[in-house]
Amino acid sequence: MSQADIAQVGHGPGYEAPPFAIPSKKLVMWLFIISDAVTFGALLYGYGYLRNASSNWPTPFKFNPSIINVMIMTFVLITSSLTMLIGVRKSQAGDKNGAIKWTFITVFLGIVFAGLHLREWMSMIHEGVTLSHNPWGSFQFGACFFSITGLHLTHVLGGVIALTVVAIGYKRGRYKAADMEIWGLYWHFVDLVWMFVVPLIYLLNIEK
Amino acid sequence: MTGTMREESLKSDIIVYIIILVIAALQIVLAYTPGTIGQHTLEFLGLAIIQAGLGIMFFMHLFQEKRSLMFALIPATVFVLLMMNVFWGESFRIVHMKPWPN
Repeated sequence: MSQADIAQVGHGPGYEAPPFAIPSKKLVMWLFIISDAVTFGALLYGYGYLRNASSNWPTPFKFNPSIINVMIMTFVLITSSLTMLIGVRKSQAGDKNGAIKWTFITVFLGIVFAGLHLREWMSMIHEGVTLSHNPWGSFQFGACFFSITGLHLTHVLGGVIALTVVAIGYKRGRYKAADMEIWGLYWHFVDLVWMFVVPLIYLLNIEK
Repeated sequence: MTGTMREESLKSDIIVYIIILVIAALQIVLAYTPGTIGQHTLEFLGLAIIQAGLGIMFFMHLFQEKRSLMFALIPATVFVLLMMNVFWGESFRIVHMKPWPN
């Protein structure tokens, strides 16, 4: 058994069985995901404390365009999770072309999401929001908004690059169906984080 | 995996996808209903946890892995997140109060 095979499916017959009966790569991805979940948790807790402690926290998000934009972004990202799932299932069934097609649809949806996100950022910046200043109230609003949504956007862009590399590698035979599944896990995690970012960052700060 | 099993799996994936979308829509409706920030935070967090649970169990297939993996990952993560809530609060309090009673 080669080093690559050991990394792919666990350990060889002469070694102990892989923990939790899953490939080592998959376990590493799960461990990365929980550590990343805690990172986002820390940021959201920090934001929660700042928001709670501030008497003039801004509530700038209008239904049109901000919340509508967020609704579209949410729809796009959740749909991309479904397309990723279909891509993984296709790869597990040995349908290489189907797997690549659905993975690239996921990548496309990720790029659409990033574009919508940047549009939202540009409109905020246009209204005068920076990391340390905004025209409405507590100066920490911009730092919270840009750091949390920025970290999420970085994850989306990282996922887009990773899925592209894995899909091309899968097409060339460098990566296997298990690799598609592992990066699928990462993509679903990015989707799950967004489910917490939307209500806490956007919906708690809508203009009424 | 047989063709029929794959079709059934896809069907359940689509059902979970629709439920997650419906919950996301419900959050937006709730955001425009009257209520305090505290009430809204609890409602949003509750719904987001349901969405995340569905995603972890059905999209990430943690439900289909060995139970020991789930028990190794979930309680530890929840514990760290809850402790963060305690320690951060204490760290703010301790700046303004004496660290020990007189």
